[in-house]
Amino acid sequence: MSKYEIVIGMEVHAELLTESKQFCGCANVAVAPPNTHVCPVCLGFPGSLPVLNEKSVELSLRTVLAFDSKINKHTIFERKNYFYPDLPKAYQISQRLFTLGEGGCVEIDVAGQDGQVQTKRVGLSDVHMEEDTGKSQHGEAIGDPDSSLVDFNRAGIPLLEIVSAPDMRSIEEAESYMATLRQVLLYLEVSDCKMELGRLRFEASVSLRPFGQEEYGTRVEVKNLNSMKAVRDSLRAEIERQTKILDSGGKVQQQTMLWDEASGTTQPMRSKEQAHDYRYFPEPDLVPIEIDNAWLDRVRAAMPELPRARRQRFQTDYGLSAYDAEILTSTRDIASYYEAALENYNNPKTISNWVANELLGRLNAENKDIIASPVRPTQLRDLVKLIDDGTISGKIAKEVFDEMFMEGRDAILIVREKGLGQISDTSEIEAICQRVIEANPKAVEDYKGGKERSFAALVGGVMKETRGRANPALVNELLKKQLS
Amino acid sequence: MRLTPEEVDHITLLARLELSPAERERAAGELSQILDYFEQLKQLDTENVEPTEHVLPINNVLRVDETRPCLSLEAVLQNAPEHASGMFQVPRVVEAE
Ligand SMILES: [Zn+2]
Repeated sequence: MSKYEIVIGMEVHAELLTESKQFCGCANVAVAPPNTHVCPVCLGFPGSLPVLNEKSVELSLRTVLAFDSKINKHTIFERKNYFYPDLPKAYQISQRLFTLGEGGCVEIDVAGQDGQVQTKRVGLSDVHMEEDTGKSQHGEAIGDPDSSLVDFNRAGIPLLEIVSAPDMRSIEEAESYMATLRQVLLYLEVSDCKMELGRLRFEASVSLRPFGQEEYGTRVEVKNLNSMKAVRDSLRAEIERQTKILDSGGKVQQQTMLWDEASGTTQPMRSKEQAHDYRYFPEPDLVPIEIDNAWLDRVRAAMPELPRARRQRFQTDYGLSAYDAEILTSTRDIASYYEAALENYNNPKTISNWVANELLGRLNAENKDIIASPVRPTQLRDLVKLIDDGTISGKIAKEVFDEMFMEGRDAILIVREKGLGQISDTSEIEAICQRVIEANPKAVEDYKGGKERSFAALVGGVMKETRGRANPALVNELLKKQLS
Repeated sequence: MRLTPEEVDHITLLARLELSPAERERAAGELSQILDYFEQLKQLDTENVEPTEHVLPINNVLRVDETRPCLSLEAVLQNAPEHASGMFQVPRVVEAE
């Protein structure tokens, strides 16, 4: 156990799921040939004027509402001034004084000391709208050690920044925070959250302090984190680095570090960008935004049930375990699939097993999204119905499901075509039992001598004769009757 | 109010201006004068005046989320002093390892 308490805060940048950019009509796309989605506005040409995208305000409001932030009904944009080649106007349009949202919190699940899951609230300091910058590549990577190349396709893409309070106390809490935030943004359809494309970006700030000390230690920001794993690994490396400094009586420097995946270490960022002096002032090219209740009502009406609420409802309404409810609400599409399968057929437990185990298992194995599932929700429901009404056994159902998954056909058609229907006809099963008994005198003798296991062998014999189609309960009953 | 040479240096750096010693001297004088005017303005009683964020009396100028045609790559790069691979080429901004 370390003698230092870990203090982590997170800044999240999410590119919003809009058609066009924040202030111009260029398409908001993550991958395209360089500088093919740019115009005078997002290139910052003199005389061009920005006009705010209504959809991006709406998506931002969804987020603010979801995290219970206080909404600034009067909000303005400001210019954040700095020079960098990927910032064409030499300022970024952002928010500082009246950000769209202030405060609020993200509720995360963390493991308590007794191993039980506990809810923890990670506070937010603010949620604000801004625009993304262009992208640059440097030096050797582009075959010229003295140059950088700049692509402005990303410049002006609507960006939402969510800044947390330094409320996380472990790497596990930071991971839970990231996963929760990502899940909510996906549910809200605010962002596609593709970290590998930079659509969702995390920056962590981390400091250490001796347990019991009230004031925070010197914080270090860690950037260049393009996966959840990078966040985890970089935090671990940075905490280790700071622990060593403090242990040897040194002082942690306030600075920005870059995560270097290859060496597994954090390295001080070296940039020609000068000390931060952003000289914010109100953006004269954009008028203020006034958000009235009617607008908020419209946004609320378009909001889906959030993952936490849906998970709890699945437990209370459908009697699912916390674990099953978590799997079935892991994405909005999985939850919707499950509920579509439940429609008009009240067997939530069995259907949950089929979705969570068979279906998701097969989809994962083939790297398919549930949206692309070859088995539709109603088809899965009908399969479960066939089990419940005794037409097929659970074992046969798996066989049928495999066919359905490969061919997308209805269960009943496969059952009929392949003659997989369960045999529940007493006289037919009696005849088969008779044949099996006659063919296995040794097993019969052993059973009568008290060997229970021999009975299972006889049941197996019947099942083999019927290719698994005999109704198991009936087989048990009739075999016992004939043997007594 | 006279700006110190350090303050002038900081301002020219933020504005990415390179000034000769004579220009710097002149800028210091002119900038100081501008600041003096603001000192004068600050004498106004603004106790009951709301801060102005915008001079136009309108709000909520928004556009529908629709795409519009972009510039051709040729047009985009035509004023670039240097470009390569469809990108703007600038002096290296991140220091070499
Ligand atoms: Zn544009």
